[in-house]
Amino acid sequence: MLARAADALFWLARYMERIDNLARLIEAAQSMAGVSSEAEEWRSALAAAGVDELYDEAYSEITPDSAARFLCSGTNPSSILNCIDNARINARAMRTAITRDMWEAVNQGWIESRQLTDKNFGPAMLPGTLDWVRQLSTRFAGAYETTMLRGDSYWFVRLGAALERADNTARILDVKYHLLLPRDSSGVGGMLDYYQWTSVLRAVSAVRAYQWLYREEVKPWNVAEMMILRPEMPRSLRSCYDTITLCLDELAKSHGAKRGEAHRMAGSIAAELRFGRISDIFQTGLHETLTLHIDRARELGDQISNLYMR
Amino acid sequence: MPMSQFFDDMYGTDGKLRPAYAAIAQWLAETPPEVLETKREEAERLFRRIGITFAVYSEGGGDTERLIPFDIIPRVLDADEWGFLERGLKQRVAALNRFLTDAYGSREIVKAGLFTDAHIDTHPAYCRQMQGVAVPGGIYTHIAGIDLVRTGVNDFYVLEDNCRTPSGVSYMLENRSVMMRLFPELFARVGVAPVARYPQDLLATLRSVAPPDDEEPCVVVLTPGQFNSAYYEHSFLADEMGVELVEGSDLMVVSKHVYMRTTAGPKRVHVIYRRIDDDYLDPLVFNPNSVLGVPGLMEAYREGNVALANAPGAGLADDKAIYMLVPEMIRFYLGEEPILKNVPTYDCANESELAYVLDHLEELVVKETRGSGGYGMLVGPHATKKMRDAFAKKLRQDPSAYVAQPTLALSTCPTFDGDQSAPRHVDLRPFVLSGADGVRIVPGGLTRVALKDGSLVVNSSQGGGTKDTWVLHANGAGNRGAR
Repeated sequence: MLARAADALFWLARYMERIDNLARLIEAAQSMAGVSSEAEEWRSALAAAGVDELYDEAYSEITPDSAARFLCSGTNPSSILNCIDNARINARAMRTAITRDMWEAVNQGWIESRQLTDKNFGPAMLPGTLDWVRQLSTRFAGAYETTMLRGDSYWFVRLGAALERADNTARILDVKYHLLLPRDSSGVGGMLDYYQWTSVLRAVSAVRAYQWLYREEVKPWNVAEMMILRPEMPRSLRSCYDTITLCLDELAKSHGAKRGEAHRMAGSIAAELRFGRISDIFQTGLHETLTLHIDRARELGDQISNLYMR
Repeated sequence: MPMSQFFDDMYGTDGKLRPAYAAIAQWLAETPPEVLETKREEAERLFRRIGITFAVYSEGGGDTERLIPFDIIPRVLDADEWGFLERGLKQRVAALNRFLTDAYGSREIVKAGLFTDAHIDTHPAYCRQMQGVAVPGGIYTHIAGIDLVRTGVNDFYVLEDNCRTPSGVSYMLENRSVMMRLFPELFARVGVAPVARYPQDLLATLRSVAPPDDEEPCVVVLTPGQFNSAYYEHSFLADEMGVELVEGSDLMVVSKHVYMRTTAGPKRVHVIYRRIDDDYLDPLVFNPNSVLGVPGLMEAYREGNVALANAPGAGLADDKAIYMLVPEMIRFYLGEEPILKNVPTYDCANESELAYVLDHLEELVVKETRGSGGYGMLVGPHATKKMRDAFAKKLRQDPSAYVAQPTLALSTCPTFDGDQSAPRHVDLRPFVLSGADGVRIVPGGLTRVALKDGSLVVNSSQGGGTKDTWVLHANGAGNRGAR
């Protein structure tokens, strides 16, 4: 397939995955209102989205309303609305490489997004708007999963979605990592801690999943293990890298067994996650591990681009 | 239905229902306007969702993606009418291809005295880089759109030949699929010839001119990109044919062969259905500032290593001064009498014809010889005296830039105006595919309709819409009876 098409599909999937993560971040920050310092919660949400510095340039203080608006719309280039615009530009550039259902999901979402006004991002209507965003992302994922031929196009879409998700999971955990660090047992079980860990889970929509996997009260190292190492958890780094290596292997098959640095790198990260232990990760330092993952996701994206998209 | 000064597709001139429209008339009689209005809105939603938009170059920016209005009442031609048009179209396009081959070859038509060298050489669409190039199969215009109008039961005229890069075929196909979705019961009643095979016909036509190679010929559609007004059509056709939609930057020329950049490295390209203008094809040969084209493309083409459809320089045949000579061309190249009529055309470059035109401005349509899209023209009967005087001044200044034609009594077709069905003027653009292995025409075309009451301008840029065009099966002209 065309190198430019691979690039457009990869980024289309990344933008559609990103809006879902942004919506969840905002919901998680909101759910903490009244429990901990609001400004801190929103600062960490902005940091996880990678736009805290841009926010500070635009506003002098953090209020829930202005932070939510900034993440949703406005001047922020990674806002939900701008991601939808970019997704559609990529989809439109490669109409022939995507299915009609995928196009309709993106195009319909874009048409609806153009009808959103300031009010839709205000406190009263924001929850509904975020529901709509998550549904849009899910609709897109459903469309490609159910309608795409299992060929190169499909693997590039899935690869983009998985890499974006790995990056987002690492970012969300990293801004909350201080909550996940083990403390002396007296701190465990406090009402505030309970809410905070739950908010981490909520940000990755894993509150129920935690109960199913651990069947005990929310404990920080369990949360970290679940989000980094557990294969059952679709947003864990482990799951994402399993998918990334699967996609890269399939692409190698259809490209005459040609492999590159991207394959080596993804394989090495996947192996590390597969055989890693959470105690070792805490030993190395949770923050250090997560920062490394954020950097490696960027580097892997560059390597994929070098191999297929030039 | 009252008598009309215009021929109406449904009621003729005498107000009697024509058999081809029997089922349509029955359907209109039994369907309340509210239902039609609901269906019209549904059609618009479908078009928007599929993304069948065209870009308008507006000054203020804003929303530049618009829908061409779609009218839900189809335009119907019976099998005999279509058979006649089909024969005429094949003949005309054959002559146009012969003319282009000749103009870029030995110029027999000049030797015969019908034409001058200067006429060809000084033409802005003449492409001197094509002189003496042997194009595969002698085909210059693989895809031609011929604009037809009707003035009477047996009177069809060719208004314009579009041999360069005619657009609109995606509307023909999408209009049909939307109609089938909205009114399946209507298609069950009436035998309508399908148009859906157009993409396969187009692909077969393009492959027929591929240079010989061991590999299966690789066809691509070359687009200027997603901001071009016809981008939807480019992607639609590529998708329907199952071929890659490429931009100039996706292609490269290595050792006089064309390749596209793929995830698996360079892949040879044999045929390019290009939807970018001649001028932008190759910055080494044409406009050096073009970033849309492919450096070295023309050399690969001249070497016969890649086919371009349509061939560069095919626009020569679109000119209105050359249009006047098409009936002569048909006699000269094919030894046949023209089947389709030309609209009588006054060439303002000719002094006596200019004088006639200036005297009769209130009854003529004056067009720029090289204009298109309905811009820069004067519709005499609809213009004010002031407008005519201003135009007369322009005419005197540069007479050879204009031709004039009598205002045709364009036929009308029932069109839904929101309350009821009312007659509106229409034209028809069928698409003629010419390959090394023959000519293919799908039964139908794009019907454009002037939505404003009384308007004769059907261009989408000036308030025109489109309709589905039905060609009835030979044995089912009219009503097959409700099932």
